[in-house]
Amino acid sequence: MFCQECNERPATVHLTKIINGEKTILHLCDKCAQEKGEMFMMHPGAGFSINHLLAGLLNMEQGAFHSAQSSPFYQQTEPHCPHCSMTYSQFVKIGHFGCPNCYDAFREYLTPLLRRLHSGSLVHNGKIPRRMGGSIHIRKSIEELKQILQEAVAKEEFEKAAEIRDQIKYLESQLDSYFQGGGN
Amino acid sequence: MSIEKFLNQALSSWMSGDGPESDIVLSSRVRLARNLKNYRFPTAFSSEEAKEIIEKVYNSVKDKSFPGIGPLELLVIDDLQPLQKRVLVEKHLISPHLAENATHGAVLLSENEEISIMINEEDHVRIQCLYSGLQLFEALKMANAFDDVIEDYVDYAFDEKIGYLTSCPTNVGTGLRASVMMHLPGLVLTREMNNIIPAMNRLGLVVRGIYGEGSEALGNIFQVSNQITLGKSEEDIVDELQNVVKQLIAQERAARENLRKTSNIQLEDKVFRSYGILSNCRIIESKEAASCLSDVRLGIDMGYIKGISKNILNELMIVTQPGFLQQYAGGPLRPNERDVRRATLIRERLKMEN
Ligand SMILES: [Zn+2]
Ligand SMILES: [Zn+2]
Repeated sequence: MFCQECNERPATVHLTKIINGEKTILHLCDKCAQEKGEMFMMHPGAGFSINHLLAGLLNMEQGAFHSAQSSPFYQQTEPHCPHCSMTYSQFVKIGHFGCPNCYDAFREYLTPLLRRLHSGSLVHNGKIPRRMGGSIHIRKSIEELKQILQEAVAKEEFEKAAEIRDQIKYLESQLDSYFQGGGN
Repeated sequence: MSIEKFLNQALSSWMSGDGPESDIVLSSRVRLARNLKNYRFPTAFSSEEAKEIIEKVYNSVKDKSFPGIGPLELLVIDDLQPLQKRVLVEKHLISPHLAENATHGAVLLSENEEISIMINEEDHVRIQCLYSGLQLFEALKMANAFDDVIEDYVDYAFDEKIGYLTSCPTNVGTGLRASVMMHLPGLVLTREMNNIIPAMNRLGLVVRGIYGEGSEALGNIFQVSNQITLGKSEEDIVDELQNVVKQLIAQERAARENLRKTSNIQLEDKVFRSYGILSNCRIIESKEAASCLSDVRLGIDMGYIKGISKNILNELMIVTQPGFLQQYAGGPLRPNERDVRRATLIRERLKMEN
């Protein structure tokens, strides 16, 4: 096979890349690969190819999936996302989801995968969008205030405690209206 | 083009080399991955979806000037010349994926090139802040600020349990990738790097060469970044990375002192041979250039070479890449011609110092 870039030298390097969700392999000679490499290798983790940790985990799954398919009891019930119609085996192949709803569609398969990828953690503990996560923010602030309230009571700072109680009451009323309004 | 003018245009603020700990940490980067609710990911979206995403994200920053940063400029990838795209990649402002493969890709750039927001890369939005030296928390703060600005205008795909939803499950949760670029010649020369890399992996961090393929790190430049994005807060992720980076800095300084004690003259010899090559070469490949640049930078940091500014490593690693060389030459160059042009550029840059 000849190099796809220069069509002069034999292809000795094979790079995998994903274009529009399709996995394609680029066959290049040493010289052209080095040139491409100068460009691509300087920016690791850029989505040029599947993250290698994920690829390893998915390769293992792919094997499991195939053996399930060849079993006489296998039925055509492959999970797919109702929103973007990506199937689970398509995800396994390219390592990327089709849409945010895929996380719901494949949730049961994802749990072990996320556990492996993120060292056991399965619950988000970071930033929350300000607007969209409105009710979550309110609930978190109430929790924080309750803690401050306890401290204030313990230190017998009753004036401060009363103030905090009012704040909590106000936030709780906001929380109620948030849900009556149907959220957003 | 004169070399002064070329370098003026070529260099971004993060290459200035004046950040904290910049004798070892070249740059700090924070990236936040975000997606819009009710749109398919770039792996599967339609042209209409892609265009709407660009418009929505652009509208969130359009006509605004940010304190200390100014306005952001929108560049549509399809409108750029191949060479322009390549130069943006070589400056680390856009990813190779956005330059080469993405459909309807775009980027919002600040004038000092510290902020770049990629649109329709692997995720709809990737906010990136790139600072000189060790400034991870500053970069996180800035990335968060732009995240809030965008979120005022768009609804993000967010799940109460697993956080920000990303096209690849390796980024879900915070969508945060924090990384530092480090120059670690001491740890490479003393062969300690071989033990450090697996130890870092056990801590959930990834270490790799930025330039070069596989395990080799051209110019002894390594990138250290977090692997885990779910289950920890952004501050904890950055704090853990920063602690490890500080330990690495201490280890690198100790390795250098050790080398000075045990092989002072050999090290000085190595440094000056490399300096000789760079000042006199007429043809040089990127690999040899990187290795010599690393030696010279080490020589400057350790006081063997005096009177040369230390950011020549940062600068020359960037501007001796193929895209920049062709821009400097004002046209396309074949690989052999690049090696000649690279040698010229390096010699001229070193002459500027005297
Ligand atoms: Zn070729
Ligand atoms: Zn989907």
